[in-house]
Amino acid sequence: MQQAKTLAEYRSQCRQAMDDEFLRKAMDAFAVAYRTNRANAFADMNERELIAEIADAKDAAVSRLDELFAQFKAKAEQNGVHVHLARTAAEANEIIARIAREGGVKKIVKSKSMTAEETLLNHHLEADGYQVVETDLGEWIIQLRHEGPSHMVMPAIHLSRYQVADLFTDVTGQKQEVDIEKLVKVARRELRTHYATADMGISGANFAVVETGGIGLVTNEGNARLVTTLPRIHVALAGLDKLTPTLHDALRIIKALPRNATGQAITSYVTWITGANECAPGPEGRKEHHIVFLDNGRSALAKDPDFRQVLRCVRCGACANVCPVYRLVGGHKMGHIYIGAIGLLLTYFFHGRDKAKNLVQNCINCGACKQVCAAGIDLPRLIKEVHARIQDEEGHPLPSKLLGTVLANRKLFHTLLRTAKWGQKPIVDGKTGYLRHLPLIFGKDQDFRALPPVAEKPFRDRWEKLRPAVEHPKYRVALFSGCVQDFVYPEQLEAAVKVFAGHGAALEFPMGQSCCGLPVVMMGETGAARDVAAQNVTAIDPGSCDYIVTMCASCASHLKHAYPRILEDDPRMADKARRFADKVMDFSTFARDVLGVDEQDFASVSAHTKTAYHAPCHLCRGLGVTKAPRELLAKAGLDYVVADEEDVCCGFGGTFSMKFPEESKALLDKKLDNVKKTGATQLVTDCPGCVMQLRGGAQRRGDGIVVRHIAEALAERIKPR
Amino acid sequence: MTTTTNALETFVKKATAVSAKVSEVGSLAEAFAYAVDLCDRKQACQLLVSGCELPLSGQGQALCDEKQTKVIAAPALAKKEFTAFAKLCKDKGFELIDSGMRSRLAGIDIGFTVCDLGIAETGSLVLDSSSEEVRLTTMIAEIHVAVLPKSRLRATSYEAEAEVLERMQGGPNYLAFITGASRTADIERVLALGVHGPLELHILLLEDK
Ligand code: SF4
Ligand code: SF4
Repeated sequence: MQQAKTLAEYRSQCRQAMDDEFLRKAMDAFAVAYRTNRANAFADMNERELIAEIADAKDAAVSRLDELFAQFKAKAEQNGVHVHLARTAAEANEIIARIAREGGVKKIVKSKSMTAEETLLNHHLEADGYQVVETDLGEWIIQLRHEGPSHMVMPAIHLSRYQVADLFTDVTGQKQEVDIEKLVKVARRELRTHYATADMGISGANFAVVETGGIGLVTNEGNARLVTTLPRIHVALAGLDKLTPTLHDALRIIKALPRNATGQAITSYVTWITGANECAPGPEGRKEHHIVFLDNGRSALAKDPDFRQVLRCVRCGACANVCPVYRLVGGHKMGHIYIGAIGLLLTYFFHGRDKAKNLVQNCINCGACKQVCAAGIDLPRLIKEVHARIQDEEGHPLPSKLLGTVLANRKLFHTLLRTAKWGQKPIVDGKTGYLRHLPLIFGKDQDFRALPPVAEKPFRDRWEKLRPAVEHPKYRVALFSGCVQDFVYPEQLEAAVKVFAGHGAALEFPMGQSCCGLPVVMMGETGAARDVAAQNVTAIDPGSCDYIVTMCASCASHLKHAYPRILEDDPRMADKARRFADKVMDFSTFARDVLGVDEQDFASVSAHTKTAYHAPCHLCRGLGVTKAPRELLAKAGLDYVVADEEDVCCGFGGTFSMKFPEESKALLDKKLDNVKKTGATQLVTDCPGCVMQLRGGAQRRGDGIVVRHIAEALAERIKPR
Repeated sequence: MTTTTNALETFVKKATAVSAKVSEVGSLAEAFAYAVDLCDRKQACQLLVSGCELPLSGQGQALCDEKQTKVIAAPALAKKEFTAFAKLCKDKGFELIDSGMRSRLAGIDIGFTVCDLGIAETGSLVLDSSSEEVRLTTMIAEIHVAVLPKSRLRATSYEAEAEVLERMQGGPNYLAFITGASRTADIERVLALGVHGPLELHILLLEDK
């Protein structure tokens, strides 16, 4: 359970977690295995369509929670169920404690429920003197260790078999072998005794089906069936968001939930409990069955147009499974109670700003979670927006405010960059061209990669001389550089101009363009983000060009997907922003698909350069571009070799790497290790940010790999005309 | 016809993939014989796999000590069928019961049920478990032997939906989709079967045309 007071404290806790060798190994193995399992599970399905259907159905349900609750209640009561509504977590706990008290309960068995974790139900019941036993194996283990879950589906994923064996040795008072099969059987026997003697069973609910007035539980172990059968009282605790109008809605979610959670087509058990069922020790042979619905901010969230899609979540845990940050620091550091991408969001809405304010910053914006979310939630964007909201509520920290002010004023920003060039002179290493010592604004913890100096002459100052004359232009193209290429890597743009040459593209470089604004979004500066977006849309008139091409994947995805939304409330800008966004295209797609750059454009003899590729997050997931760059490498006669985990983040994440340098470095190391394994001598990618990270890292590590922007690698192979 | 054949093939493939053992039987009598044979081959100490031989706390140990003769439970059979089944069991010295599961929580050897529907796409069984005896049988048995009449097989959960819904709408109801044996991967993500429920699931496809 994450509750650091300050960002520094949080960072240091993350650092500690990263030093846990077992955790790192377990998380790595899991991340790799999960990807394959999930892909297999969805192999013969239309995944996108299923996810879109789930999202639509959930949205429809969320828009009428009050009504669904009333209908469910009426239906369930007909079947003898007591239905309660708790406004807050504390209220839910009190209702359940009251049921226990009135029922003369002593012992309670529980099956897994994230909602009960949310309300800290066990603490409450134990304080009231009840014995509470978790019966899900993982939950039991962490209960015995007095810990919270580290994953929503596999709560004890952070523990090794040795730790479990030690724990069970303590519990049984007998020495236990380190053998997973046997440890599981020990749990089976130990827990069986508890079911037999409990008076009350508590479960969660994955669904509350309005048309039947019943609940559905999705489980593997089968403990929920014992928990809901043996004791005479059964209480189910469910978030209001679990209300689903029809059985069909639930069946639909079941098609995605287990596949997304663990790569299973379905769990071992799906249990449907409708009404007060037969129960020998219950009153008149019937179960005393209660369903407690928890609001705890859900109704308010349902009415919040910016964030209500958070309530679509079906708690599959996939957004943690693929998250590179989760993989590094584990669930205890990447969530308060709920974990992973959705955990960062729910922490804010269910547990408050204080618990969320550090957490929400620990997202590198790689988009991996969004790509797999069973409910199609735009998680990375919402995480940034929660961050922005928290800053609006609490006041913006100085560096963030400063960055916002500077970026919003293009002239000031560019002047500062130009001045930086003079400031850095004495520290540029003449031989390597990197900054020899980091300037004072960067701390020592940034030293894991060599940082490049600001270029002698930015691209904008070179443009007049460079601009190619095109006789019969087929396309009018505006180049969007982004700040890194303009001021640090102008040679990448020059290379692109070379690759485009001879294909009828009339290039323009509109001088009024500025930073795309993503860095300020990452810092939670919404106002500045809006200002720069408006500036760029004004500087590059979508009416004056056929394409807006950018060599920066992060800029491209930001211009394309974020601008229309950022500017939608500005009547002078909204329409223009949409047209602008429609014209945005990345380098590789433009070269391959529009210009038709092909084999004959390149030298005919193979280069025999073993070339690895890093797929930038904002290109492969942000824009869905995966084939074009790889094909171009092959067309150019480069010997493309596939590295492991090509599409996992390199750890740059812009300002993220400033805030969480240890995590950034760990991701970078992993990436470079994977590249090294291929024996490649060249590493190519299509984003200047990734180049900065990878090149600087390779330099510091002495990897001897040349890191280049794809435009540079291609330009070098272009046949002279 | 081909759709049914396909559904059957898919069902067998999917159920087998989650380690269910699928066989075909021509009649209920054959199914009884299968269960008895299975129980016979199941060594007395097979029970130990479920944890009795392991060092347990005093309380866990006491539960294990309750267990003696081999027991099969078949809670929802018609009287005639139950009698026939009971006879087979008696010949082997097994006890056949149809009630009183609450006093057998330490475990029984085999639970025998006839399922209401099958779902081919996931290899799942649908079992109306509103009767508490049925419910408990499928939880406390170490091996669950489930008969699925072929005519009850549906291709997808959506195709089973109307029939499932009908059961839920007829008053209190407890219904289970069962797919493979009880499983966990909670320790180091290593798959282990039989954490709380049956260690094995045997599905007998019954020709009932
Ligand atoms: S965007 Fe990437 S880093 Fe952020 S929560 Fe999602 S997966 Fe994790
Ligand atoms: S946010 Fe999406 S991926 Fe994450 S748990 Fe919820 S449904 Fe699953």
